Amino acid sequence: MAYGGYEQGGAAPRSHRAIKILLAGGFGVGKTTLVGAVSEIRPLRTEEPLSESSIGTDSAAGVERKTTTTVAMDFGRITLREDLVLYLFGTPGQERFWFMWDELALGALGAVVLADTRRLADCFPAIDYFERRDIPFIIALNCFDGARRHSADDVRIALDLDPGLPIIMCDARSRESAKEVLITLVEHVLSVADEPVSRLSPVDSYHSFNRGISRGDRPRAFSLALWATPPIGLSLWATPPIRTPRGRG
Amino acid sequence: MPSYDERWLDAKAGPVVRPYALTRGRTRHSGEAFDLVATVIATRRRVADPSTLAPEHLSVLQLARAQTTVVDIASDVDLPLGVVRILLADLRELGLVAIQAPVPAKAQQVDRNTLREVLHGLRGL
Repeated sequence: MAYGGYEQGGAAPRSHRAIKILLAGGFGVGKTTLVGAVSEIRPLRTEEPLSESSIGTDSAAGVERKTTTTVAMDFGRITLREDLVLYLFGTPGQERFWFMWDELALGALGAVVLADTRRLADCFPAIDYFERRDIPFIIALNCFDGARRHSADDVRIALDLDPGLPIIMCDARSRESAKEVLITLVEHVLSVADEPVSRLSPVDSYHSFNRGISRGDRPRAFSLALWATPPIGLSLWATPPIRTPRGRG
Repeated sequence: MPSYDERWLDAKAGPVVRPYALTRGRTRHSGEAFDLVATVIATRRRVADPSTLAPEHLSVLQLARAQTTVVDIASDVDLPLGVVRILLADLRELGLVAIQAPVPAKAQQVDRNTLREVLHGLRGL
């Protein structure tokens, strides 16, 4: 069973379990910091073709014209045991990166939405994405020095989140705090798994979809002064957020 | 938006250093799809004709001598994930690596015992 003993062709050993956890949030919210605090952060990038024209051909012709976009991800690995490894993927929260999320989310244990209360609207797309995909997630509020703090309840109202959804204050620089974030997520996933019939039906998903649009309209959210900066997310929600299908097959 | 490595990508340099030039322009890999945390291991089969493989194929093959994953390889060779996927699929076609789906293939299949093990592991960090 030891990896070193694998000398023959054929099936690979099955003992290795890889668990994916996603970390979503707007630019500069502390994703890289959090991944680095709790794991060995490593370089990982993806170069995604934007053009469909040369897809599926073996020819090098057209390569020069092809437009690709490079996306750097925060990638961390935590070896819990020899056969149990956690992979953390920090991804930009903007909708234009959703083509990547679709792959990352496949088979993921769950997600952490890292939020900054000064720019709460930045995490709207992520929350909506996970709600609609029925991927369990928690909110981690990165408490920057000097940042105005809001209670978890205020944030819950502003984000229109279910009462059972954990919201945790964290310091993304602290290893212990980052650990606590991941522990909270796994505990939440366990508790969701306990609920007998809690999976969202398509109708419920549609409801949460609509609720997402109304998220920014809540007067109380404004009265909480959580919108210190103009909420960019609002313009996103002015039109129905139609999820971009994957650009490639 | 030029970056330091894109300085090499002008017309004179040609497509050689374009990421997908390593894959001869292919942007999709052959054969069955595989997850980015899929397990990869070299089969130790002899390379029939090394000249058919790019240096990058050999780098990837070298890394797969010990069991690893698609993302680990991409990170170690510092090539874009999409490119590494294509290189791996080439190697799989030649029977040089075995690629296997990660054990919990879907979130719904992460059983409670595994979740508890993860929890226990995290608390012990």
